Amino acid sequence: MTKLTDLGVAAIRDGFRAGEFSAREVAEAFNEAVTNAKALNAFVIETPDHALAAAEKADADRVAGILKPLSGVPLGIKDLFATKGYQTTAGSLMLEGFEPAYESTVSGNLFDAGAGMLGKLNMDQFAMGSSNETSAYGNVISPWRRKDGGNVALTPGGSSGGSAAAVAARIAPGVTGTDTGGSIRQPAAFVGITGVKPTYGRCSRWGMVAFASSLDQAGPMARDVRDCAIMLEAMASFDAKDSTSLNLPVPQWEAGLSGDIRGKRIGIPKEYRIDGVPAEIDTIWEQGIAWMKDAGAEIVEVSLPHTKYALPAYYIIAPAEASSNLARYDGVRYGKRVSPENGSLDDMYNATRAAGFGAEVKRRIMIGTYVLSAGFYDAYFNQAQKVRALIARDFDRVWESCDFILTPTAPSAAFGLGEKSDDPIAMYLNDVFAVPASLAGLPAMSVPAGLNAEGLPLGLQIVGKALDEQGVMNMGLAFEERADFVARPEAWW
Amino acid sequence: MSVDTATVRHIAKLARVAVSDGEVEALVPELNNILNWIEQLQEVDVTGVEPMTAVIPNILRLREDKVTDGGKRDDVLKNAPAAEHGFFAVPKVIE
Amino acid sequence: MVSEYRIHGATGEWEVVIGLEVHAQITSKAKLFSGASTEFGAEPNTQVSLVDAAMPGMLPVLNGECVRQAVRTGMALEAQINPWSRFDRKNYFYADLPQGYQISQLYHPIVGEGEIEVELADGSSKMIGVERIHIEQDAGKLMHDQHPSFSYVDLNRSGVALMEIVSKPDMRSPEEAGAYVRKLRSILRYVGSCDGNMEQGSMRADVNVSVRKPGEEFGTRTETKNVNSVRFIMATIEYEANRQVDVLEGGGTIVQETRLFDPDKVETRSLRSKEDAHDYRYFPDPDLLPLELSDAFLKECRTSLPELPDAKRARYRDELGLSAYNASVLTADVTTARWFEELLDATGKSGAEIGKAASNWVISDLFGALNRLSKDITDSPVSPKQGAELLSLVADGTLSGTLAKQVFEIMLETGDDPSSIVEERGLKQTSDTGAIEAVIAEIMAANEDRVAEYRGGKDKLFGFFVGQTMKAMAGKANPGVVNELLKKALG
Repeated sequence: MTKLTDLGVAAIRDGFRAGEFSAREVAEAFNEAVTNAKALNAFVIETPDHALAAAEKADADRVAGILKPLSGVPLGIKDLFATKGYQTTAGSLMLEGFEPAYESTVSGNLFDAGAGMLGKLNMDQFAMGSSNETSAYGNVISPWRRKDGGNVALTPGGSSGGSAAAVAARIAPGVTGTDTGGSIRQPAAFVGITGVKPTYGRCSRWGMVAFASSLDQAGPMARDVRDCAIMLEAMASFDAKDSTSLNLPVPQWEAGLSGDIRGKRIGIPKEYRIDGVPAEIDTIWEQGIAWMKDAGAEIVEVSLPHTKYALPAYYIIAPAEASSNLARYDGVRYGKRVSPENGSLDDMYNATRAAGFGAEVKRRIMIGTYVLSAGFYDAYFNQAQKVRALIARDFDRVWESCDFILTPTAPSAAFGLGEKSDDPIAMYLNDVFAVPASLAGLPAMSVPAGLNAEGLPLGLQIVGKALDEQGVMNMGLAFEERADFVARPEAWW
Repeated sequence: MSVDTATVRHIAKLARVAVSDGEVEALVPELNNILNWIEQLQEVDVTGVEPMTAVIPNILRLREDKVTDGGKRDDVLKNAPAAEHGFFAVPKVIE
Repeated sequence: MVSEYRIHGATGEWEVVIGLEVHAQITSKAKLFSGASTEFGAEPNTQVSLVDAAMPGMLPVLNGECVRQAVRTGMALEAQINPWSRFDRKNYFYADLPQGYQISQLYHPIVGEGEIEVELADGSSKMIGVERIHIEQDAGKLMHDQHPSFSYVDLNRSGVALMEIVSKPDMRSPEEAGAYVRKLRSILRYVGSCDGNMEQGSMRADVNVSVRKPGEEFGTRTETKNVNSVRFIMATIEYEANRQVDVLEGGGTIVQETRLFDPDKVETRSLRSKEDAHDYRYFPDPDLLPLELSDAFLKECRTSLPELPDAKRARYRDELGLSAYNASVLTADVTTARWFEELLDATGKSGAEIGKAASNWVISDLFGALNRLSKDITDSPVSPKQGAELLSLVADGTLSGTLAKQVFEIMLETGDDPSSIVEERGLKQTSDTGAIEAVIAEIMAANEDRVAEYRGGKDKLFGFFVGQTMKAMAGKANPGVVNELLKKALG
């Protein structure tokens, strides 16, 4: 018989409904897998009690004939989501020991749908990073290794690195991620799983520790498209507590799944062919294009002329918003406080924030503070928001000639921990393909496409029109059916 | 545009992050590197372009004027590093 | 007209230039961006939502009533209303500011330029320009005297809605500034957008003052923060203008800075602690979308505006026939105007008919009594309805002026209706000619010599007979009837 931990979200839900196993058995199996995978450092805290309590409720409900959309499914929750009564750190020392008195809308939606929580997933500090190396709680180690036998520790990507590692290692069937400039898609690509960033405003940001408010979006990460559709359906909602939440009904994405994409037009943006990207990325991209043709889609060459400026615009807007969003971490009401003896209020601020924030967070706060400071607002922030408008306009124009865009998710496969941590810009370039869709608020997903010569996963990105998550996931499904990606990391942990 | 040590110290002060001399020395080239890189935005012609306001068309909803919250002092103070007599406590401020 | 107010310095005369930023708390039940109560005087931190405490992941949602009140205020000042505005973050660190930024409106305020007409003591009036009105959050409160080494933070006020009403630098004297604040407060109270209670901090002003030689360019200004009474605002200007003249004439320069008014010493002093915080790094709040006002919303704001003080004063003068003074006194405050109008309504007579008498009664009798009792019109022991009854008893001749004053005193003491007082105490004025004629006959009989003198041409003795008759009638005789009957009887 298949191990329970080999099952994904849909399989667990369906098997539980069919009475093949109890929710408790599932929760126990995953709790054990989590405990046995400490070497990955995917979790900041483990919450087996939460998973068990939800499972017991699901089992009792099942007896009473109540079946919720995620009854029996335990999930991992990224540590960016406030979880009532459970430590929420955003990967930072600043919030060590912080136990919110509230539940984020997204995690609350999942729990209301019957899901339990296996633990809080490790992540780049305040979601700032692309390799999970900025976490104050240690690096997450990718379950994947190069097949050269060298056992070099690889990054699972970031910022949702713990999320990605947990799904790839089969210690969680599905997890929440958040994506500000690629933080769902890049790690999904690095570990060979599927991740969806929905349209900005689909998932409430209430209770999600803010990084860059105009970009932050929650989304699911799981083994396949169907699992993501199920999870996204539960996560998304209109939330009056979030002024940027979209007041729209949540579509039945799972029921709407169809791999039939005949006649759809898929745009291949020429600006995404950039210098210095390894040939394997081009190769897998070509392969993806061939699969899409095979699925009956029409391939069109398109142009997104301002692509090149997306990343620099992002690195003005996101740090600017972050510098302000993170001002609340001041040692007064919660979180870390460092108070020098006989020091003033300012001394406390300075010491607290110096001790509580990691180097990358400080770097971005500094950049953000600088670009907003007197005399620079127009040259930097306003210019970036104008460029952002141009990037969004590029997409609007492209939708006149195609329905989706297919690109690589990241410019490389997973790299070794420490390989890029000394060069911020090299690190930022990880998100070069992911950021444009973030700036335009569009739904985008990463689907696993294959392995490179080193045996590491590569992913491709599908971007769609605003609100067309269904179309994006349908295309992902058609892709998935052809890529037939079954590779998984061999357990070494 | 580029920053020097004085600017870095000024920014750190505005952002309320204590920085050591060593950190300042390290931050100057790091920040300049990033700033030089984002400088390329200046070459984009943005004539007649309005800065983006809402990424997905949406309207700002107005709340009803009703008291629906508050009265939860314990929740508010629960995680405070220092709280006394129902107040948050901070190092004494001299005005 | 040009203000004559001058500082007489050693080097000549100086003109004072004043601009005010008035922070007015918008009247609302809940806060600007959270559902916590705005009630004054609650236990510390009990009116704080997780949003007000800036917990991680908390988001602002705008209170529509606060928007409505700001728009109505703008309309009352005949200001430009901006159907598209947005909120910006003003970033700075302070213990009373949980988010590390104040949500305000810098780049696109909800209300643009308007103006206020103020009346000055010499009877002249002046237009003072309003630059803009924007909506913003109030901060929390710090207490420094509760503990030797800690300051305490109470966030009950954190997030309460304020309007910042920014004037143009159009004022030239403390008097003009005082008149401006009083008029502004009057308008806000009419509109209902702010209770104008300066003692509780519902209204306070940042006072910008500079001096210049008449006709020259503006000088460098200082900003004195959070001045919380009209008297203090005027004192701030006077002190600050004189200080600046002294500095300039002593060869110094004025530093653009933030200052604090000390009401005990009646002086201002530099607030250096806030100096380094001047780079506020404003940018649009990404948690909020642009605020777009629909035509229907704007229409409701306009139609729900009450008659405003200027219009009311003109109407009292032109339609009710009130003196300029009475019209001005009765319209200065909305509660007085409301009381007066309830009184008029209760008389059941037209304003033109009864208005003048009613205004005189309110201003001399009622205000006099309230003054004596140190009471506000809102807790007047006499209701408008009772006042109206009293006025009607005078108008229909039941009470003479003298009797009316007597009845009013009893009303103040007992709270009884005037008609029952008149009934119970027999204070009705009599027009019974038979009774009066009988009394007149008696008086003439007792004073034959004076009757003779009168008839001999000593006309001024008529007053003596009136007095005697009224006295004998215990003041209850209708004076008109007495006059008429006396003339007849004396021939």
